[in-house]
Amino acid sequence: MGLISSNRMRLRRQYWRIRALRRRRQLQAVVNRTGTIARDDILCFTTVRNERTRLPYFLDYYRARGVGHFFFVDNDSDDGTREFLADQPDVSLWTTRHSYAGAAFGVDWLNWLMRRHAHGHWCLTVDADEFLVYPFCDTRPLRALTDWLDASCLRSFGAMLLDMYPKGPLVAQPYREGQDPFEIASWFDGGNYMFERNPLFWNLWIQGGIRARVFFADDPWRAPALNKTPLVKWRRNYVYVSSTHALLPRGLNLTYASGGGEKTTGLLLHAKFLDLFADRAAEEAERAEHYRGAEEYRAYAAALDGSQDLWCQWSERYINWRQLEILGLMSKGNWA
Amino acid sequence: MTLGFAMLVHTDFDRAAEVARYFAGNDCPVAIHVDAKVPQKVFRAFRDDLSDQTRVRFCRRVRVEWGTWSLVRATQNAASLLLETFPEVRHVFLASGSCLPLRPVAELRAHLDAHPETDFIESVTTDHVPWTVEGLEAERFTLRFPFSWRRQRALFDGYVRLQRRLGLRRRTPEGVTPHLGSQWWCLTRRTLESILSGPDRARMDAYFSKVWIPDESYFQTLARHHSTKIESRSLTLAKFDVHGKPHIFYDDHAPLLARSDCFVARKIWPRANRLYATFLDDTRPASRRADPNPGKIDRVFSKANARRGEGRAGLYSQARFPGPHYSGIPTCARYNVFCGFDDLFDGFRPWLARRIGGRVHGHLYAPDRAEFADDATVMNGCLSDSASLRDHRPAQFLTNLLWSTRGERQSFLFGPRDRQDLTAFLARDPNATIAVISGAWAVPLHRSDLSFEAMMAEAARLQRAELDFLRLLRAPGTIARTHLWTLADFVVQPEANLDGVLDEVAPPEPRRMQALPPMRDMSALLEFLPRLRDAGIKLQVTGDFDASPGAVPRAREVRHVG
Repeated sequence: MGLISSNRMRLRRQYWRIRALRRRRQLQAVVNRTGTIARDDILCFTTVRNERTRLPYFLDYYRARGVGHFFFVDNDSDDGTREFLADQPDVSLWTTRHSYAGAAFGVDWLNWLMRRHAHGHWCLTVDADEFLVYPFCDTRPLRALTDWLDASCLRSFGAMLLDMYPKGPLVAQPYREGQDPFEIASWFDGGNYMFERNPLFWNLWIQGGIRARVFFADDPWRAPALNKTPLVKWRRNYVYVSSTHALLPRGLNLTYASGGGEKTTGLLLHAKFLDLFADRAAEEAERAEHYRGAEEYRAYAAALDGSQDLWCQWSERYINWRQLEILGLMSKGNWA
Repeated sequence: MTLGFAMLVHTDFDRAAEVARYFAGNDCPVAIHVDAKVPQKVFRAFRDDLSDQTRVRFCRRVRVEWGTWSLVRATQNAASLLLETFPEVRHVFLASGSCLPLRPVAELRAHLDAHPETDFIESVTTDHVPWTVEGLEAERFTLRFPFSWRRQRALFDGYVRLQRRLGLRRRTPEGVTPHLGSQWWCLTRRTLESILSGPDRARMDAYFSKVWIPDESYFQTLARHHSTKIESRSLTLAKFDVHGKPHIFYDDHAPLLARSDCFVARKIWPRANRLYATFLDDTRPASRRADPNPGKIDRVFSKANARRGEGRAGLYSQARFPGPHYSGIPTCARYNVFCGFDDLFDGFRPWLARRIGGRVHGHLYAPDRAEFADDATVMNGCLSDSASLRDHRPAQFLTNLLWSTRGERQSFLFGPRDRQDLTAFLARDPNATIAVISGAWAVPLHRSDLSFEAMMAEAARLQRAELDFLRLLRAPGTIARTHLWTLADFVVQPEANLDGVLDEVAPPEPRRMQALPPMRDMSALLEFLPRLRDAGIKLQVTGDFDASPGAVPRAREVRHVG
């Protein structure tokens, strides 16, 4: 790596900033409560589309862990998502009818909002079905983690996506609003993950889990990426470049140790595979608004006619973060 | 006698005030130094907050920068103020705003009363004990450090390198033997006064003001001069991580902290409400009054440091992904690879499973699927038998399998018909035991239904693959334990050869004396090999049967052996 390479990265960062700048006009403020944000609040950024059923638990989960303010971009929901969010006292909400794919799957919108509002804050960027688990999360609030990251001069925190699924067909256990989704989707694949260092952005490219095992076994190169860096002490010159899989400047992506040690990391429990998903897969495949023209969703729709069982005899049942730590999926690192 | 506290504060003033109030309320005077970087407004609010406390005083403020003399200056200011203002103080305890007493202060006072002449200060010589995380031990005292480590790191490092190269040295003042130790101490009035008002203080200050991190050496060195009795340990429990940053205590550490029987701990997370509520409440049930014993806490934190430093061997995860230059062990457990044995012996796999236990897989790298033990399609960790998933990351397929089956020895079959992507990884892994009967694949081949032309092509392909593998295993960089035979060599004394391997890999109480499984019929092989040779395919890997023509066994003959 030399000057040329880092210059190229700077250009790339400019490119994403300009994209975000150009797409800011797509966003229309519904409620802006950003004036109520305290100087050291932890902020949460999310793009949603028709997530009304999931949102009450999502908000409760992150409020309990100490998120101070939520930023939502509503992408043309028609199920009451917008109205529900607008009523929440700690939510600022924008809406857009523009294309999710055209905004780099929401990245441009969130990059803009973060540039405007997140400078100097710890920011959590998650989807409505992603729930952060980190070491000691049962006894220490998120603030304990961010304080420790600050004290350790760390600017970002890695948390791989862990796909959770129920035992039995998806439709057999319908999800009720407000329910903990992991009462239903309480199983996961414990040890079939594959890693590769991305030489361009320096992040790890992680694949595996249930989606690789069931949906992409014949074409592993296309299995979805599971690596994420959702928690970042934001500066206004940072950008997400590909969902939350990679950031620039790319030093932020070095959330793993390459000399043999383990860095402190968490997991995003992914409550994707619920009964809500069977219908959704068909709809999203049609809409083609997701990564790679939603081919991922087409794979699901073909495989999930609502009756497929993702569970196998080696599936692990989720207990707590310590279990995930022992399995090696995440690590306490030197946080004790 | 009275115990007094010198307290250094720069942040989280609510907690500092809470602790200062606790000390003062227990008849312990407190002299507080507030970093001059703290805005005047904040400082005044803090001072006003404590204005009702007659035993709390504030000393002259200094701008404190980590690693520099300013920290010692601040400590001197606070300690002097304490000694001058409160003549009844006999022991001075240096604390920070994020310290928390773990036992009632009365117990600490009783402990000091029992040792009225003792200075509790960790003080070790640089020659004998490695103190710091990285370098700069003796050099702290002999180099100059005019640049800020935090703000001018490049200059700092560059100037250190330059001084090393030029051999520049400062002279240590006469009579000074550099000692290092924890910044947090508890000294007697006599020792402290000797240091602060000694005749050579100006000279010492001038010297130490240019030493690197003098707060870990100034008092530690000078106490050796003036003290009559030093107990070289800190009464403050403070742990440091691999980067030299202090570990932080949270609510969930409460039981650990209580059992440590230490008097004071730092650093406490300012929002650890339960810790502050518990340990500042003197009405809580009395403790056991044992001597401080931080052993258990030490273990927790040294484990954390080891996890960050080396991590769990053989684990590949989002937290640990050793790069190409990593020299550690690539897998988490020993495993065995058997090549050619299943070609030679009928029913080798079940036999081996009985003989050595653990899990014995078939050809994990077979072209069509991973042949897991018991014909499973999914293994521990939800590892799939899909060939394409396996071949996506062949080495990680194996490391995943080994990681998910920790505690159970894994063995698998391998051969030139399998995917060969893994061979370089196997050769470099000290956990691998690889036993190869090269050319054994000729046994099933020569009895197959293929046409002779097809056999020739297959023999050429397999020999090429096997030769590549053998070359790797014989290369100087190979760390795996290897046992290599040609087919011709092996069949001369199969039991002895196999026992050599099994003794090495089997668990301590091997189920010995089991007859070998029957060897496949090789009677036609001796005619097959010359035919191949004459057709242009010379099989080197099978070895030379001509040297021991009587050795080729017939299946029937071997069955009775053993």
